[in-house]
Amino acid sequence: MKFDTPATTNPIDQERVIGRAHDRIDGPAKVTGRAPYAYERHDAAPNPAYGWIVGSAIAKGTVGAIDTRDAQAAPGVLAVITHANAGKLGKGNMNTAHLLGGPAIEHFEQALALVVADTFENARAAAALVRIDYKPEQGRFDLAAERDRAVKPTGDSYAGRPDTATGDFDTAFHKATVRVDQTYSTPDQSHAMLEPHATTAAWKDDQLTLWTANQMIAWSLGDVARTLGIPKEKVRLISPYIGGGFGAKLFLRTDALLAALGAKAVGRPVKVAIARHQIPNNTTHRPATIQRIRLGANADGVIDAVGHEVWSGDLPGGEAEMAAAQTRLMYGGANRMTAHRLATLDLPEGNAMRAPGEAVGMLALEVAMDELAEACGVDPVELRIRNDVQYDPEAGPQRPFSSRKLVECLRQGAERFGWARRNRQPGQVRDGRWLVGMGMAAAFRNNLTTKSGARVGIDAQGRVTVETDMTDIGTGSYTIIAQTAAEMMGVELDDVIVRLGDSRYPVSAGSGGQWGANSSTAGVYAACVALRAKVAEQAGFAVEEALFENGLVRSGNKSRKLGTLAGREGIWAEDSMDYGDLAERYAQATFGAHFCEVGVDIDTGEVRVRRMSGAFAAGRILNPKSARSQVIGAMTMGVGAALMEELVVDKRFGFFVNHDMAEYHVPVHADIPHQDVLFVDELDDKSSPMKAKGVGELGICGAGAAVANAIYNATGIRLRDYPLTLDKLLAAAAGTALA
Amino acid sequence: MKTFHYHRATSVEDAIDAAAQTQGARFVAGGTNLLDLMKLQIETPPALIDVNRLGLDKVERTDGGGLRIGALVRNTDLAADAVVRRDYAVLSRALLAGASAQLRNKATTAGNLLQRTRCPYFYDMRMPCHKRRPGSGCAALKGFNRNLAILETSDSCIATHPSDMAVAMRLLDAGVDTMAPDGMRRTIPIADFHRPPGDTPHVETALKPGELVVSITLPPPVRGRHVYRKVRDRASYAFALVSVAAVFGEDGTARFAFGGLGTRPWRAAAADAAASSGAKAVAEAALAGARTTDQNDFKKVLTARTLASVFRAQEARA
Repeated sequence: MKFDTPATTNPIDQERVIGRAHDRIDGPAKVTGRAPYAYERHDAAPNPAYGWIVGSAIAKGTVGAIDTRDAQAAPGVLAVITHANAGKLGKGNMNTAHLLGGPAIEHFEQALALVVADTFENARAAAALVRIDYKPEQGRFDLAAERDRAVKPTGDSYAGRPDTATGDFDTAFHKATVRVDQTYSTPDQSHAMLEPHATTAAWKDDQLTLWTANQMIAWSLGDVARTLGIPKEKVRLISPYIGGGFGAKLFLRTDALLAALGAKAVGRPVKVAIARHQIPNNTTHRPATIQRIRLGANADGVIDAVGHEVWSGDLPGGEAEMAAAQTRLMYGGANRMTAHRLATLDLPEGNAMRAPGEAVGMLALEVAMDELAEACGVDPVELRIRNDVQYDPEAGPQRPFSSRKLVECLRQGAERFGWARRNRQPGQVRDGRWLVGMGMAAAFRNNLTTKSGARVGIDAQGRVTVETDMTDIGTGSYTIIAQTAAEMMGVELDDVIVRLGDSRYPVSAGSGGQWGANSSTAGVYAACVALRAKVAEQAGFAVEEALFENGLVRSGNKSRKLGTLAGREGIWAEDSMDYGDLAERYAQATFGAHFCEVGVDIDTGEVRVRRMSGAFAAGRILNPKSARSQVIGAMTMGVGAALMEELVVDKRFGFFVNHDMAEYHVPVHADIPHQDVLFVDELDDKSSPMKAKGVGELGICGAGAAVANAIYNATGIRLRDYPLTLDKLLAAAAGTALA
Repeated sequence: MKTFHYHRATSVEDAIDAAAQTQGARFVAGGTNLLDLMKLQIETPPALIDVNRLGLDKVERTDGGGLRIGALVRNTDLAADAVVRRDYAVLSRALLAGASAQLRNKATTAGNLLQRTRCPYFYDMRMPCHKRRPGSGCAALKGFNRNLAILETSDSCIATHPSDMAVAMRLLDAGVDTMAPDGMRRTIPIADFHRPPGDTPHVETALKPGELVVSITLPPPVRGRHVYRKVRDRASYAFALVSVAAVFGEDGTARFAFGGLGTRPWRAAAADAAASSGAKAVAEAALAGARTTDQNDFKKVLTARTLASVFRAQEARA
């Protein structure tokens, strides 16, 4: 099915099941332990052996020799896999560094060996006996030091070209009455999902099955085949339950590759999890950025010049963090420039994490907007309203937004939060030992649509089954897919069975970039349209006259039970939703407004978020309950980015030092107050027949900037180097309310 | 984890005998620190002697009007003990400021005193660390040391002692009651229990090999207002950047102990003596001799400010 003209009225618009708050249908299985995760598939792969990964102790160089004799002689050890005996391995399209290193070492903790033993403990103990002779080389680990050597990335990324320019930025900026020119920095960050990367692998003859935690089944299936040098048809990925991803599990990682190699070597199933302390350096992370933002405006705050330059680093062959992406679309202004520069760093691989691009881009842009509001003497909410633009400001009015309710979010959010009570003079409000401040920021995240397929069937009991390789990483995919099928086929939610995350099922959008919900349900919609046609035909009804309700298909005064029509054979249909050029003709994005109140301890500089409120417009909200959960989780991540999350680089050794969850801080319950979420009514007929857009990542984009702006309002201290920890506040306290 | 022998001791004597039989044997109670260290092979004891069934889990009055806390009293139970809450409130508050509810349910009083530093380089087997491998060097001195110690450090080690409870114990002049392999009992004053690193940072306490902590004895209560103020990077489940334990007496005297600053729980007589001169004077006295790095120099300012906060709260009550 092709989606190339705006959606008209369709069965989804009934909102009988869609658009209503439903508990997650996978919830009971998960909370009772009946939803097995990748490392727990003893049912499917009995008698597994256990693998433990040996990671590189240096960041760059070569392996001289790997002495595995003691490890191989250790109790219970079945095999030791290294580059020397693994056979020829390719590299996945989505991987920058090799998943099994050696002889070249590309980054710290890169896997150099897998020890396979009869028990987990034996594998781990023997791993300590693997002796590796390193030949270290000098690496580059300091983004600030490499900034001047950064280059324009070759080729386009998912977020478009590296550079854009419209009008004459330099002239307009210099002529502007009010100018903001500031540099912001964000650190490397780790996904910190609860479930580590984990895989159980088993071979049957030349057929490989991987039970693995993976967000993107089709991408990773291809990369498994590519890396092992075997046909895709010989590989099956099964990933029905995933304990969080946040981008960490978008790609094939070393757990899956090494489990496959280990299982081949020992002739029985092997399971491998990347240990918690290995994850930050072995896998991907969000790379650090340095961002310069220049805003030129008239005295009323109307922007005439917008410039956003971003520097980030990655391994050779890696990609830039597209942190200026939102600046191309966010506010008006005739004279614009954005630029991304990429430095070569020998740190572990930088890649997608929790709204790549905008999550850190908004940490800079929305603080710059706060600075502009102050410089102009315009209220920050009003400033954003004055600079709203209903079309892509780089392309001009011929490319309108498909829908853009930023102003509604700003107004309704401000009202709910009580923004009018804010004292715009910083450092004036005191509550006991707390300096109290309010801050706000806009929210922006792109809306991407991508081809997604599904297979839908009806059985003799009238139950509807959906099969698609879509994944549920804790987001609620199972539930919204079931809602979609129930709505389309006229059955109850309880009558829908959803099967996900198996490469035998039709290829879906997968989970990433907040494209999953809208795209995967649109694919289910397409398959249901095909199924409705088959059912109508079976019933002898004209499909355009057929109504699907209460488990029946009805036409005029005739009706048939779906189960009866399906019979013992069942009726199945498969289709996918493919997209035309609507995303080119219309800019598609999601919008919102974050409001935050913080307290800053007048003595110690401790920052505590007191309340948060957000208003969001993201098309049809398919399930307000799971969407709210997504958004408050994202707002929490915004607090983390603002206040505490940082992978600390040891620039001597080239690794992230705080590589466990005790030392890499994410917010705990005590850090997060009540979070108020409002979804602003919106239907986007150019996004898909679902008229929905992504929402999962919108909540993070801007949330941290609202915290930063609230800290400024509380104290008068403007910090531009994240995370905003108390030592930085105390260093800047002189002459402020915190003095 | 390397293979090890496991012995579930049935009495204090049995535990001590078992320890004497295997060089390098370790006692295990809650295991909230030791088991993690063993998984990473930072500690590889050949034998573990499980002391959980020794019955050392009572909190009792002493004849001298103090309190004897069994070595195995769980942190949760100690924090909730009615006598502790009433007479030694700083101890209860310090306990509740540490770790998480789940960890406090398992962690014991003696184990808390004996927990090891959270210096990230100590935890990474690939990094040089004199504490973990004497003579190998110290990656922290010129590395990531934002939350490492500024008092009683040495050129060998700047690892912070992570405990909150131990800071309160230091404030209260606790005594650590032990039994040695030869059956001798002794009480080690808390001030002497932990050792500064010097050039032997791997030697962390005054305990002799095989010596078992059986209880902690508190002297009679210190009357006054008990305070534990912990400053950290998030609201819970983080180690102290700076913590202040204090008792403000009704006669204007006060005593202070500090966490997050020292290689061991820190107390300075001069700081107590400066109490009547205010927070700034106390901070100066407490921080005399501090040696900082670019990253942890803020702890000096933060100590003064935390004390100011504590003094302000005290003045508001007075």
